[in-house]
Amino acid sequence: MTDAALTPAHAAVLMTHDVGLHARPSVKLTKLAKTFQASIALAQSEDGPWIDAKSIVKVMAMKAPKDTTLHFRASGADAEEALKALVALVERDFDEGH
Amino acid sequence: MSALIRPARLEIVGRPASPGLARGPVHILEETTVRDVHAGTSAQERTRLLEAIAAAAAEVADLIAGVDDEEAAAILEFQLAMLEDDALIADALPVIDGGAPALVAFQDAMADVAAGYRTGDDEYFQARASDIEDLAERVIAHLTGAETGAIELPPGGILLARDLTPSRFLSTDWSGGRAIALFEGSPTAHVAILARSRGVPMAVGFGTLKITGHAAALLDGETGRLVLSPDADDEAGHHALTASADEIRTVEQRLARRQAVTADGTPIKVMINAGDPGELDALDPALCDGIGLVRTEFLFHGRRGLPTEDDQLAAYRRILTWAEGRPVTFRTLDAGGDKPIAGLTREESNPFLGLRGIRLSLARPDVFRVQVRALLRAAAEGEMLVMAPMVALPAEMQAVTDLFVEEAAALRRAGLAHAIPPLGMMVEVPAVALTLDLFDVDFVSIGSNDLTQYVMAASRDATGLAGLDDAGVEAVQRMIRMVVSSGAELGVPVSLCGDAGSDTRVLPKLLAAGLRSISVAPAQVGRVKRVIADWRADGGPDG
Repeated sequence: MTDAALTPAHAAVLMTHDVGLHARPSVKLTKLAKTFQASIALAQSEDGPWIDAKSIVKVMAMKAPKDTTLHFRASGADAEEALKALVALVERDFDEGH
Repeated sequence: MSALIRPARLEIVGRPASPGLARGPVHILEETTVRDVHAGTSAQERTRLLEAIAAAAAEVADLIAGVDDEEAAAILEFQLAMLEDDALIADALPVIDGGAPALVAFQDAMADVAAGYRTGDDEYFQARASDIEDLAERVIAHLTGAETGAIELPPGGILLARDLTPSRFLSTDWSGGRAIALFEGSPTAHVAILARSRGVPMAVGFGTLKITGHAAALLDGETGRLVLSPDADDEAGHHALTASADEIRTVEQRLARRQAVTADGTPIKVMINAGDPGELDALDPALCDGIGLVRTEFLFHGRRGLPTEDDQLAAYRRILTWAEGRPVTFRTLDAGGDKPIAGLTREESNPFLGLRGIRLSLARPDVFRVQVRALLRAAAEGEMLVMAPMVALPAEMQAVTDLFVEEAAALRRAGLAHAIPPLGMMVEVPAVALTLDLFDVDFVSIGSNDLTQYVMAASRDATGLAGLDDAGVEAVQRMIRMVVSSGAELGVPVSLCGDAGSDTRVLPKLLAAGLRSISVAPAQVGRVKRVIADWRADGGPDG
């Protein structure tokens, strides 16, 4: 086991999507999260509350509006890779053209 | 022993809904209501819920596979993701373990999720509550075993049911003399309209009945008479009726392909109402003087989500080709009321007075413009007219006209062939009937079913309103006369495309009102032409 598997990795990214973390971005985000082994948590603040980033029910219940900073925390073999991919998705504005 | 005793003959008279005679085995449609569901053990209830969710998820996945527009697919994918997420029922499972039925626990959990979205002032998240309700309904249908598919009727079978939804009617095979008797229902409900257009005998409003044990029945859709366990006399009477019905049918078949003419020689235009172009294939266009109403809703009811411009154009072309140069009047999407469309209409407490017809189209220009473009392009290729449903104000009609002009300009820029067709409207809302002179339209068509329900404040689908939802009553007739005479003054052609046109009792009144053009279900054309031939143009009987 590597260190990454033991220590949770962190990342934060500002979400600029027009209507916030709504249905379509949430589907994309949770689908992407599920492709990784790592357990991944999501919060709107560093202090939590943290929710399972693989659960669309939980992600939607956050009702994160536009200009929220999304915090990710991941632990597991591919944690770093997962965070990189999730941050990139948010930065690409969930691949939704305006 | 008691099950072997043949029940006594029982004769009941309901309300006629679709003419025709039927004789055959009785088939009672059993209903499972939500209240009928009994809870099993906690383990059983848990399994039932998980299975219902899996079944609902499979259904949604199926829908997604058939959808070709991105918006509809995104909505469904969201629902699928929710259904596939264990967290959805995380709160329901402990409640089930505590002894609650799966249905109750699930409904409560979904109400909580929906309420979570509704709180706060983010309109977007509030709107997601309806997605939750939609997916919850799907799961609940599986939990309660509510049947929604085809009904397996034996050939010649007479279906006895409390009520019947249009979608179940459409998925059931009615060929071979099958017929319908409903305890509730109304002759003006959509399912009755469908029955008339397919020639399926139907009567409604028989009330609550103890009808167990009857093996066979006779139904007369013309009089609304149902005889359960008929005796020899009934059979003989039925036979005689069938014979005379055959004679009448011979006359009607002879008249069907001829121009309709009153007893004193006035020609009457008889057009047909149509929906899915597939229904037209079996019909000879020589039957009619054109199509007086194309209900474009059929395009929106597929499992493929909202139709594209090309899908619509292809369907419109097919209908124009069938008509062989006869005029075809397309009605723009008339969703809402009792015709919900997934992803477009919304739930309303009083949908007939809500966002339906042109109101919905103007509220959703993104969807409406697609239809407008398809209609404009089709208009370049055939004799067609377009009318808007549920118009109440001149400004609405103006907005429709503006949209046609705008989209025509866009098509011109894109170099696509198009033409602006004559634009008209349905007269369904009394406000329009009262103020026809304020509207800038090329023609109007009276939608007698809706006009009647709005004039009489009597819902088309309600039961126990006998005598109210009737286009023959004087108030409705006065309104129709008013429309016909102001149309004549204004030089605006007036037609009628509701059931009143094929109601043998009302049709003479329409002639007397001065109406010279009607549009009826294809199966009614011969009958209507026979009735017209029996009356004078002033609505008096011949001779």
